[in-house]
Amino acid sequence: MDYIIEMLGITKEFPGVVANDNVTLKLKPGEIHALLGENGAGKSTLMSILFGLYRPEKGEIRKNGEVIHITNPNDANDYGIGMVHQHFKLVHNFTALENIMLGVETVKRGLLDMGEAREKVMALSNKYQLFIDPDALTSDITVGMQQRVEILKMLYRDNEILIFDEPTAMLTPQEIIELMSIMRSLRDEGKSILFITHKLEEIKQAAQRCTILRKGKYIDTVDVATTSKEKLSEMMVGRKVDFAVHKGVCKPGREILDVSHLTVLSKLSKKNVVHNVSFKVRAGEIVCVAGIDGNGQSELVYALTGLGPVNAGTITLNGKDITHSTIRHRSEMGMSHIPEDRHKHGLILDYSLAKNLVLQSYFKEQFQKNGFLKFNEINAYADKLIEEFDVRTGQGGKTLARSMSGGNQQKAIVAREIDMNPDLLVAVQPTRGLDVGAIEYIHKQLVEQRDNGKGVLLVSLELEEVMNVSDRILVLYEGEIVANVDPKKTTIQELGLYMSGAKREEKVV
Amino acid sequence: MKKLKQWVKTPTFSNVSASIAAIVMGLLFGLIILLVTNPSQALPGFVSILAGGITGGAQGLGDVLYTATPLILTGLSVGFAFKTGLFNIGASGQLVVGAYVAVLLGNLDLGLGGFHWVVAFLAAMVAGAIWAGIVGFLKAYLNVHEVISSIMLNYTGMHLVNLLITQTVYDKLRNQTQPVLQTANIPAMGLDKIFPDSSVNGGFFIAMIIVVIVHIILNKTVFGYELIACGHNPNASQYAGINAKRNVVMAMVIAGALAGAAGGMIYLAGAGKYIRVIDTLHSEGFMGIPIALLGLSNPIGVFFAALFIAYINIGGFYMQLYDFVPEVIEIIIAAIIYFSAFALIVKNIIARYQSKAEEKEKSKAEAAEISAEGGSQS
Repeated sequence: MDYIIEMLGITKEFPGVVANDNVTLKLKPGEIHALLGENGAGKSTLMSILFGLYRPEKGEIRKNGEVIHITNPNDANDYGIGMVHQHFKLVHNFTALENIMLGVETVKRGLLDMGEAREKVMALSNKYQLFIDPDALTSDITVGMQQRVEILKMLYRDNEILIFDEPTAMLTPQEIIELMSIMRSLRDEGKSILFITHKLEEIKQAAQRCTILRKGKYIDTVDVATTSKEKLSEMMVGRKVDFAVHKGVCKPGREILDVSHLTVLSKLSKKNVVHNVSFKVRAGEIVCVAGIDGNGQSELVYALTGLGPVNAGTITLNGKDITHSTIRHRSEMGMSHIPEDRHKHGLILDYSLAKNLVLQSYFKEQFQKNGFLKFNEINAYADKLIEEFDVRTGQGGKTLARSMSGGNQQKAIVAREIDMNPDLLVAVQPTRGLDVGAIEYIHKQLVEQRDNGKGVLLVSLELEEVMNVSDRILVLYEGEIVANVDPKKTTIQELGLYMSGAKREEKVV
Repeated sequence: MKKLKQWVKTPTFSNVSASIAAIVMGLLFGLIILLVTNPSQALPGFVSILAGGITGGAQGLGDVLYTATPLILTGLSVGFAFKTGLFNIGASGQLVVGAYVAVLLGNLDLGLGGFHWVVAFLAAMVAGAIWAGIVGFLKAYLNVHEVISSIMLNYTGMHLVNLLITQTVYDKLRNQTQPVLQTANIPAMGLDKIFPDSSVNGGFFIAMIIVVIVHIILNKTVFGYELIACGHNPNASQYAGINAKRNVVMAMVIAGALAGAAGGMIYLAGAGKYIRVIDTLHSEGFMGIPIALLGLSNPIGVFFAALFIAYINIGGFYMQLYDFVPEVIEIIIAAIIYFSAFALIVKNIIARYQSKAEEKEKSKAEAAEISAEGGSQS
């Protein structure tokens, strides 16, 4: 069988790293081909080369057997190659329709002619079930719809080869299911799809074949149907990965966190974003807040950790009322917080790793004397944490946080927050965007905290994580807790019903 | 040599060389301007810029230091605020408020003798601090953008000082302030012996000490750690429990104190300068912005940037010998400032070159190892 695209012996170097080392990728027409690898394995680089964003040092690209030269995205487009980037490339104050036709505008006597474009877009939209509102501003539509706009952009340009760069990273579970079915219907229409991901479940669901990269090197191309998830992950990470989270029986102890009738008002509407929420977290248990993104999780966490307001209700930590305490005070009272957005809240990217590791403790006697920082102590402490938590960096504590990979940035935050030795650890999507190796590691850390008699409050959008890690699940729907269930006594399907508001418990504790 | 090689690989090197590249490009641009305006005198005029203060011998060099002193302080003022994420465009207003308080106290016989100038100078800092503190307070608690409020306070400060001068220390004949008492002038501290006939005085030493102090505050203290954290990422600072509001006020207060100190320096120099009652803002305040940019907001960098700007300013003064108006030098300085915006691009190019050179060395070493192994086998 012939290949529609062949990338042969591609080598691409960046200062200090070989991102792609003699990589080969062959795409058949009408297949979904997954590209699997850890963070930094070189998947995005390879796709950027195919899309004309980078030029390789070595190797050639063929389309239908003929060598082609792609020097910029316009070339790629001419060859029928389109790409949906991980971070969408949309103009925020343009409508969906304007974004789709941007660059290939239809013009009549020097004036824009939207009518024809609209017809074509709506026809494509109906054909592939890609529902959009063509006149809505990009800034007003959901992430899922923005992605559909990006897909329509490719289809509008009659692209045959579609690249999806980690398309599910920003989506809710429901949107992921939708995307998978869209991808399958595109394949059935004869499009060839390259699908970058590090989530094995999605590969199993959508792809026929899978190429695995590790540290820039080509490992293998396999048939998805005949290869187990375990085998795939082993090839990706280079060692056996344990999917099951091992943990003993939960032995809840004293009450650590007591949230009572917590309410947070919305800035935009009259509805409460967090409405009358009450729950408890005990020592030695992992309580998980599940729910579809945007159902009040962020506001609940902000209220608990002091980043946002509390309009009614009380928060009690270790028996003391902290409803209106400062963030510093909560931290001193024994609350640690692994934030949802590691770049916005978790790190000061232009500070060194060492300075970031003392972000919660730089003011303590250990690290300062009379207002002067003790750099020797700080560096020694950083070295200790780097060693203990296996944070991999270029230059140890001196490494700029910005230059570290996402997984290691997250490990650094986890190290910092856990080493504070908190009574309560609030972990918000601690594994978002990480590969299986790092996820395994962070789950282990959470369980270890629980086994050491700490309370852990985990906020997660990943149902697998919710089911595997937690001892108790609270489902948040439109700012209210609609279920308080034991993961052993429920199913993912049932959780889905709670999360979508189709079901709720009569009486929730 | 080895040390030098290692230094070439550090970020300090790329920073310094980027600023120098900006200066060279600015000077070349200046040469073109000279060639256009007066081709026959362009070269000697250009040489006179490069020669700067040296043309005037010891007196000229002394004047460079004298001119640099307030520029160092306003550069620090703007640079300090930059480091903490604030744009202090109001150094001019803080400077004039500080200057007025210094002159006012300098005119009163406080019976302090040798400490008179110290008190007047410190008062100038306090006045500048309060003036900038208003900006910080508005920013922290009422969310008023510091650029807006500090620009407005420039004019408020200027007119307020003009008004107060006519009520207090007014020399009607010359439309300016009365000279301060002799005891209020900053002593020369020996600099008059090294640079005879120039206006330089001990203020230069004080500015140097302040440079060191600011450097220590920013890089060695808990306070500096918090300030820079707020500058880089206010959200993460809030998350870490840093009191961002207090830090904004403190950063502006310190920036204002530095600008106020510059005001004190200018009018307690005994150099025959008086605050004139006119509707013009002090250019020293605005010069702080390009100096901070050229010095990449680093206190040590600001120190040298201010010296350089003062140096070519004096050079511009001597250019009048070749029939150039000193305004031409202002244009060249402006060009250097424009090019210092490119300094960042240059910095990145150098950084890329550095990492490439490192790679080459590595592969060379590896190749050497392999050939050595091969040699031993045969």
